[in-house]
Amino acid sequence: MKVTFPHMGHLWLVLKAALEGIGLEVVVPPPCTRRTLELGVRHAPESACLPLKVNLGNFLEAKELGADTIVMAGGVGPCRIGYYAQVQREILRDIGCDYEMVVFEPPDVHFSEVWDKVKYLNRRPWQEGVRGVILAWQKACAVDSLEQELQQLRPREAKPGQADAVFQRALRELDAAGGRGEIKKIVKKAKSEMAKIPRHTSGPVLRVGIVGEIYTVLEPMVNLNIERRLGVLGVEVVRGLFLSRWINDNLFKGLLPLPGHHPEKTAPPFLNHFVGGHGWESVGDTVTFARHGCDGVIQLAPLTCMPEIVAHSVMPAVQEARGIPVMTIYLDEQTGEAGLQTRLEAFVDMLRWHKGRKAAQSF
Amino acid sequence: MKNKKWRLGVPRALFYYYYGPWWETFFQALGAEVVVSPPTSKEIMDLGVSLAVAEACLPVKVYYGHAAWLAGQVDALFVPRLVSVEKKSFICPKLMGLPDMLRAALKPCPPIIDTTVNLARQPEEGLAAAVQGMARALGVKGSRVDLAMAAAEARYHAWLAGQQQGDSMAAADCREEEPASGVYRSSSSQGKESRDALQIGVIGHGYLIYDQYLGMDIPGKVKRLGGKVILPENLTTLQVEKACRRLPKRLYWTLGRKIMGAALYLMEQENVAGLIHLTAFGCGPDSLVGDLAERYARRRGKPFLLLTLDEHTGEAGLNTRLEAFMDMLYRRRSA
Repeated sequence: MKVTFPHMGHLWLVLKAALEGIGLEVVVPPPCTRRTLELGVRHAPESACLPLKVNLGNFLEAKELGADTIVMAGGVGPCRIGYYAQVQREILRDIGCDYEMVVFEPPDVHFSEVWDKVKYLNRRPWQEGVRGVILAWQKACAVDSLEQELQQLRPREAKPGQADAVFQRALRELDAAGGRGEIKKIVKKAKSEMAKIPRHTSGPVLRVGIVGEIYTVLEPMVNLNIERRLGVLGVEVVRGLFLSRWINDNLFKGLLPLPGHHPEKTAPPFLNHFVGGHGWESVGDTVTFARHGCDGVIQLAPLTCMPEIVAHSVMPAVQEARGIPVMTIYLDEQTGEAGLQTRLEAFVDMLRWHKGRKAAQSF
Repeated sequence: MKNKKWRLGVPRALFYYYYGPWWETFFQALGAEVVVSPPTSKEIMDLGVSLAVAEACLPVKVYYGHAAWLAGQVDALFVPRLVSVEKKSFICPKLMGLPDMLRAALKPCPPIIDTTVNLARQPEEGLAAAVQGMARALGVKGSRVDLAMAAAEARYHAWLAGQQQGDSMAAADCREEEPASGVYRSSSSQGKESRDALQIGVIGHGYLIYDQYLGMDIPGKVKRLGGKVILPENLTTLQVEKACRRLPKRLYWTLGRKIMGAALYLMEQENVAGLIHLTAFGCGPDSLVGDLAERYARRRGKPFLLLTLDEHTGEAGLNTRLEAFMDMLYRRRSA
């Protein structure tokens, strides 16, 4: 059995550690590229949302490397992700691409449904499996802590790209790491290297919060590396969605004491109900970012994403009441780099002007 | 001590086409004056398109238009937050956020009665809570609520039964637009006189099929091209649910299951010549459900036409595609 899984940002690093931990042979799909997207778009329903298409591309590319089993997550609505696996299975069948699919669903009747699937996949004594999962979790936390460092550094480094180079190297080392001590060492080394990167002193740095649908927020290929682009424009990016936090919220049901999302406290009165996906969180995080003094918020979503359309629809009320500019960007296979770059530059210009005016008023 | 007579606005869009009679009877029995917006027109659609975000689907935009049309002339708008109308199912995220979306868009916005309807976990308790919530919003309590609910249920079930027979396909009070002479009669009630007509299954959301302006009256067009139309509402719940049970995973969208069940049931009927799936651009559930239905139909060799509507859809283009589809079906039959 050679298992593969869909890409979502740096998730591969974590999943690979966990699946290898339970003794499986893992085929990590090639990093998402235009080709991945084109493969997916060719076979997926036209108006399906973007993650379905890219994931399908991942599966087709992993097949070329010999994968025969897909491990992925499901859901029970109202977001479309819960039916991805069913649609993808039929598509793969129609194009003659043979795959076994193991889909982890929230248990319908009993937790044993999930457990049975774990047992089916597990190849090792369970103590070792648990060790693998803990290792994966530690890697997730390490990636997130380095990425936060990176977000702070990008707008401040004298020569753009240096911090990213350190981060990419650290990712490769983390992938190879086999224990907690090693992970700690890698993080420490990367952080000290980042600290040595020369910084510029020109102009104030803006802070922009990124909210939206998790896939488009975490996957640089589909958001055209928006965080790096903003960094070059002198913007520090903050976001509420991180891999470790997502794993904690969704898989461990928020058991670990990490700062979680509490949209039920922050989103009303603008949005008073859960709407599936991350729609509620998008509104709640925007309110939080406004409270924390961010200069603006960018909402990312795949075109036709239902929860994010709801969030987008109530954003004017949030902007008005909290005085924070929000720009919504929908992403799909037609999104072009130049168009995105222009919109980002215009938004950042506007924020700078806004900030300057506010500073002048306060004198 | 509230004996104010409410003028309550009910937009004629989205779930009005599923629960309109229930709502109207209930509110009238509670002593409110119910104002339903007129059938969708160009004016209403343009109003909605100008207010809603561009990425929303057309039925939601049309809903905005109806709500805005009503906003100035009523004391309150009835925009329920429809989370779930049956166990373990949802409708669509947009319907879960609709009251909040309208509040952000309508300026000025009248008070909105946004009772949450959530039957996903405990259907009975959820329904009771929703009914109590609706009544409380009008300041009514006690036995009057039960009486009103009984009246609403009675009218609703009579209306549903009528839909299944094919008597009145449109929502309660647009009956006068329906020539009752069996325009959309279901297959079972047709007998032999329909030997020449092609039986066509038209599947899609009720708020597209029955809204003649928004949905471009596809059933009527098919009928004028000589087809006999079968709609999801003509089938019994049992037929639909039974067909859906063959899916590898339960569909968690109420309307998605209705559409998929109708499609699966109809594509197995020998005498159904083809299926037309009417959908709105940007409809999330339909993008997956429709694609699956089309795949299954293709595997069975049943002709399947997908018609996607948005505010730019031209009627001429739609007519041409329908005519071509019908011609193809006629030729197929004679071959």
